[in-house]
Amino acid sequence: MSSPSPHFVSFEHVQKSYDGETLVVEDFDLAIERGEFLTLLGPSGSGKTTCLLMLAGFETPSAGQIRLDGKVLDNIPPHQRDIGLVFQNYALFPHMTVAENLAFPLKVRKLDKATIAQKVGDALAMVRLQGFEHRRPGQLSGGQQQRVAVARALIFDPKILLMDEPLSALDKNLRDQMQIEIRELHRTLGITVVYVTHDQSEAMTMSSRIVVFDEGTVQQVAVPSELYEKPQNAFVAQFVGENNCLQGTVERTQGKTCSVRLTSGENIEAENVDNNAKGKHVLVSLRPERVRLAANSADLKHCQNKVQGKLQEKIFLGDHMRARFFACDKEGFVVNLPNKEGIEHVKVAKEGQDMAIGWRTEDCRALGLPKPA
Amino acid sequence: MSSTTTFQLLTADGRALKAVLKKHKARRKRKAFLLVTPLLAFVIVGFCLPILDMLRRSTNNHIVEKTLPRTVLALKEWDAGGTTLPNEPAFASLAQDLVIAQHHRRATQLGQRLNYEFSGLASLFRRSGRHMEELVNEVRSTRGSYKETLIAFDARWGETDSWRVLKRFSDTLVADYYWAALDMRRDLRSNEVSLRPSKERIYLRLFGRTVVISLGITLATLLLGFPLALWIARLPSGQGNLLLVMVLLPFWTSLLVRTTSWIVLLQQQGVINDLLVAVGILSEEGRLRMIYNTTGTVIAMTHILLPFMVLPLYSVMKTISPSYMRAAVSLGAHPISAFWKVYFPSTVPGIGAGAIMVFILSIGYYITPELVGGRTGVFISNRIAYHISSSLNWGLAAALGVALLGFVIAIYWLYDKIVGIDNIRLG
Ligand SMILES: Nc1ncnc2c1ncn2[C@@H]1O[C@H](COP(=O)(O)OP(=O)(O)OP(=O)(O)O)[C@@H](O)[C@H]1O
Ligand SMILES: [Mg+2]
Repeated sequence: MSSPSPHFVSFEHVQKSYDGETLVVEDFDLAIERGEFLTLLGPSGSGKTTCLLMLAGFETPSAGQIRLDGKVLDNIPPHQRDIGLVFQNYALFPHMTVAENLAFPLKVRKLDKATIAQKVGDALAMVRLQGFEHRRPGQLSGGQQQRVAVARALIFDPKILLMDEPLSALDKNLRDQMQIEIRELHRTLGITVVYVTHDQSEAMTMSSRIVVFDEGTVQQVAVPSELYEKPQNAFVAQFVGENNCLQGTVERTQGKTCSVRLTSGENIEAENVDNNAKGKHVLVSLRPERVRLAANSADLKHCQNKVQGKLQEKIFLGDHMRARFFACDKEGFVVNLPNKEGIEHVKVAKEGQDMAIGWRTEDCRALGLPKPA
Repeated sequence: MSSTTTFQLLTADGRALKAVLKKHKARRKRKAFLLVTPLLAFVIVGFCLPILDMLRRSTNNHIVEKTLPRTVLALKEWDAGGTTLPNEPAFASLAQDLVIAQHHRRATQLGQRLNYEFSGLASLFRRSGRHMEELVNEVRSTRGSYKETLIAFDARWGETDSWRVLKRFSDTLVADYYWAALDMRRDLRSNEVSLRPSKERIYLRLFGRTVVISLGITLATLLLGFPLALWIARLPSGQGNLLLVMVLLPFWTSLLVRTTSWIVLLQQQGVINDLLVAVGILSEEGRLRMIYNTTGTVIAMTHILLPFMVLPLYSVMKTISPSYMRAAVSLGAHPISAFWKVYFPSTVPGIGAGAIMVFILSIGYYITPELVGGRTGVFISNRIAYHISSSLNWGLAAALGVALLGFVIAIYWLYDKIVGIDNIRLG
């Protein structure tokens, strides 16, 4: 017998196929530590919900194993797993009041009345909904419903809390507020949370670690800042944050950097992230805020890479300025400049004007492409 | 200038915008009304008027006044509560009226009508009508008394009860059809209304049976339809739709065909009995009676009304997100208990809609009980039909119909009170 995994939750070579033909989840390996706030981030249909459902026990993996707290979950039915679940549509029982909803998990655990009343009161206080106990879910706002759903999923002290896009039905302001509340709850209770979203800013705000998913495979697991600064592959670079993506072929490699000939003809220096060999097709990703602008290229100091671009459009956004260029044979080469001293020349620039664009080697990353596009 | 200036919005050509909008709206309303006019006319002619006519017939009683106008007048003075017979003029008027009625062949009809209220009157009127002309001639030639001659002709004319019936039904508006429909009767002398002895109660028993069998059918459709709807609602929508079409398939065959095919299946020499005998489960003498009784009605009607239960159940179940069940299970409830505590309560609007639909449809059902109900499986509607087409007691038929209508409305009201009618969801 293999030794129990030291991790709190571990997915080991998990696969899932619904129809026996296509793998919705392919060879999923993931370890989750106690107390973590882990987010599964990925486009629609990438298998995030499926993973969550497998952990909760509503879908069985076609292959592989899931362990929780050292125990293999295979043969534990979902109602005995002690996993709290929060759904996108809240799934509050419409025919029960808020208090009855909260008491439901305690009643099925056959707790005595006094304890139930006590815990329900505490839970309501936790989500600041005292006085709402006799309302029905239909009489609550979306945010209130979501708070009840969270309280209900936590009231029986589950080992882990799973949340599947819990905020996607709320409007922007409420979402921001709920993000803070959920993070607060996580911090005060110290519970392990697995969170699913396809909103990257939400993932960035809340998580201690993010798992980027695409087509059933893990693309990168990292803390938010690393995910943004150091995307491991082309998908992550494009999916997380805004990016200028330039295609080219590796000409030469030297240590950690390489020089890439872009399809538009320019030669640039970039970090060689996945050890691409000479001749390999790569995608060079460059964050818009790392790009500098000048009237002519001599003014671009510290920039190893310099290209010429024609200003297409500039938008003033208050705290920053956004400019779109035609550069490197590409429409919409985006540059973001913070609104501070030193960008006057951009503010006065006219549309159609030629400008010098530059950036440093360490700010652009050459990521291997599976096939020449 | 006044301090509160009210702005009036104007259109480009200077008319008040409000008035123009109002006009426009009115025109739209007129158009909408025109579109529904044919249907409205149809509903009024085909639904409202018949119901009003039924209400009228159930209380209307012109036949005595029309057939025996002079007698009705003459009886005005007579005290029906006493023990004395009416006076000579009343007898004379009756004789005169009956001669004319016989001439127009209405005496027998009147007798039949009055026979519902007091048995024996049919034959009395038939006989009297036939012979009245001779009797009148006899009285005229002998200068005798109508009273004596008539009583001599038939002793029933000497009974106060016969006259009481005439006097009672001189009124053109009577509730007696309703008393009859509810198995009550009004004492001829005291006018007191009382329930008939239990052995004579036909209609109450029939109403009771109709309700009980309908409840049985509703329960049967629920028991059969619930799991079916549950299954279909959980299938992927392509397969689900196919199955729904199959549920609706019975609607595409004639009701008669479906009912008679049940006869073929269930009768004593029918397919099922033959099979059971052939297999040896039943002996030749022990063939089951599954049709021409309550069983037959319940089986055939359950089959026919099943879609009315399945469809609302299905459409409600389809909207119940699977996440409710998942939530309940993840909260620690066993799947079975999650089903009862969480899923089932959410289906109640569908159950309500289906149940009330099946119940109300079956309570007024006619064809199937008529064909397969035998003696014990017929409904109140079959009795109504009997009074309309065989006994020709339309007034009673109408009263029974109104009673049924009232009962259905009461059920509806009750349902609204208890469950709430807006809880019904059909889709
Ligand atoms: N019950 C099911 N039967 C068959 N296929 C399914 C089922 N559930 C999901 N799938 C398929 O599995 C894939 C992954 O679905 P999943 O719900 O896990 O995606 P997701 O990442 O949660 O997407 P979203 O962000 O839209 O919620 C999808 O292609 C979906 O069509
Ligand atoms: Mg999902």
